[in-house]
Amino acid sequence: MSLKINRYKCGYCGACVGVCPKGALELVETWVEVDESTCITCGICDRICPVGAIEVMK
Amino acid sequence: MKDMYDVLVIGAGPAGSIAARTAAEKGLDVLLIEKRQEIGDPVRCAEGVSKVHLKKYVEIDKRWICSDLNASHIYAPDGTKIEMAEEIAGGEVGYVLERKVFDRALAEQAAEAGAEVMVKTRATGLIIEDDFVRGARLMHLGKEYDVRARIVIGADGVESKVGRWAGIDTSLKPIDIETCAQYLIAGANIDQHHCEFYIGNEIAPGGYIWVFPKGGGKANVGIGVLGSKTGKFKPRPVDYLNRFMEKKFSDARIVEMVFGGVPVSGSIEKTSTNGLMLIGDAARQSDPITGGGILNAMNAGKIAGEAAYAAISAGDVSLKKLEEVYEKPWRETMGHDINMSLIVKNCFINLSDEELNSLAYSLKNVKFERMSLLDLLQALFKANKKLLWDLRVLFKDAAKEVVKNKT
Ligand SMILES: Cc1cc2nc3c(=O)[nH]c(=O)nc-3n(C[C@H](O)[C@H](O)[C@H](O)COP(=O)(O)OP(=O)(O)OC[C@H]3O[C@@H](n4cnc5c(N)ncnc54)[C@H](O)[C@@H]3O)c2cc1C
Ligand code: SF4
Ligand code: SF4
Repeated sequence: MSLKINRYKCGYCGACVGVCPKGALELVETWVEVDESTCITCGICDRICPVGAIEVMK
Repeated sequence: MKDMYDVLVIGAGPAGSIAARTAAEKGLDVLLIEKRQEIGDPVRCAEGVSKVHLKKYVEIDKRWICSDLNASHIYAPDGTKIEMAEEIAGGEVGYVLERKVFDRALAEQAAEAGAEVMVKTRATGLIIEDDFVRGARLMHLGKEYDVRARIVIGADGVESKVGRWAGIDTSLKPIDIETCAQYLIAGANIDQHHCEFYIGNEIAPGGYIWVFPKGGGKANVGIGVLGSKTGKFKPRPVDYLNRFMEKKFSDARIVEMVFGGVPVSGSIEKTSTNGLMLIGDAARQSDPITGGGILNAMNAGKIAGEAAYAAISAGDVSLKKLEEVYEKPWRETMGHDINMSLIVKNCFINLSDEELNSLAYSLKNVKFERMSLLDLLQALFKANKKLLWDLRVLFKDAAKEVVKNKT
């Protein structure tokens, strides 16, 4: 897996969902889900997360 | 839940609730859905709002006002302080709300007007036929439902998917988003009559720190950092905020944490298509300088609710009709202000701390209570000629303001 979301750290704010150019993320109530088949590991979500709860490995 | 409505509103923030209320008041059959189980919670907001403008959309109710401000203090990187009295600072600050109560009250008003409201109900896709949006697929308590509507209104906030499902790319680039962290602090005995802003590239690159009093000595202390100025190997908003807390409020207790993103992209190209309108943060209608989006969201909600009525009564929900009844009215009013703010944002994010200090210094002794936009620009001109050149288009607006005040 090239994208890890630390759900113990995540503040479920949805900022990552708003910047994902592929629409690969979704905020479902209190957790973020990723569609691995559409994610292009561009790393933008990792870059803007206010707490650093997402890690994208390129 | 029925399987057909006149209007389906997705997202029960200020935008969605006002749209649902407005459409229901016009006699339309409305369903308002919210994916969370509690409307308004968790909060993603500093909760500051201008008094005069708020009154245009809702009757003021003490239950959701935490504090009533009469001034803003802005601090430059070197500590130079600018004081603005209410009349000019009015833009974004005035009241500090309790959004958990406020957002819920707005949804309740929509319900009272006749709209059906459903929580823990998430849109997972749109029903699109013959190039028209004709409803949405909803998930409620693990079960899926198809709900049809003559018009769908996407009010699903910063994480909006509705526009994308309809082919409108609303994804924000890092330079188009302020990424935010905020603490609600108690035990710091904060003055409850004014709010504070701290600017500077060391403190909050491309953004600012705010202190908004919330009643009973408490305050929202938060930060927004421009997405393009933070990242994997740089400090995150939460790191900058912790640094500030240590310096200013080391004894305070954190009783709530808030995270979030605010669109600061300025107007996007398209906010409607056949059978669909986007409003509020979903349409990226928040102000690019302040990040304030509550009032714009409510304004767009009102315009869209009325537009839904106009389009449905005319039997025409095509893009062409929605351009006439929704796109045009919002772009000519609020859209103009958003565009002006974007120009200022693009200019301010490139200023060095020295430039910010010198600006603050030249504004320090200006009496802000009586100031017009033109006076402000003149004061800026003395401080920084280059800045003024970058902001020259604003002069046209200032000139218009002068003419308006004379007639
Ligand atoms: C830290 C921070 C501080 C801010 N401070 C201020 C401030 O002081 N003043 C100000 O005016 N503005 C401020 N803003 C901006 C303001 O919060 C937003 O502009 C405002 O909430 C936008 O309202 P909205 O109704 O468009 O969206 P939101 O309030 O975000 O509401 C959208 C709703 O849609 C729901 N939703 C999303 N997807 C779906 C789906 N698929 N199905 C069903 N429901 C869905 C969400 O759960 C949410 O409840 C701040 C923002 C942040 C992040
Ligand atoms: S941006 Fe970070 S904190 Fe916010 S929802 Fe995404 S992973 Fe969670
Ligand atoms: S890495 Fe890029 S494509 Fe993948 S989820 Fe994050 S923002 Fe989306």
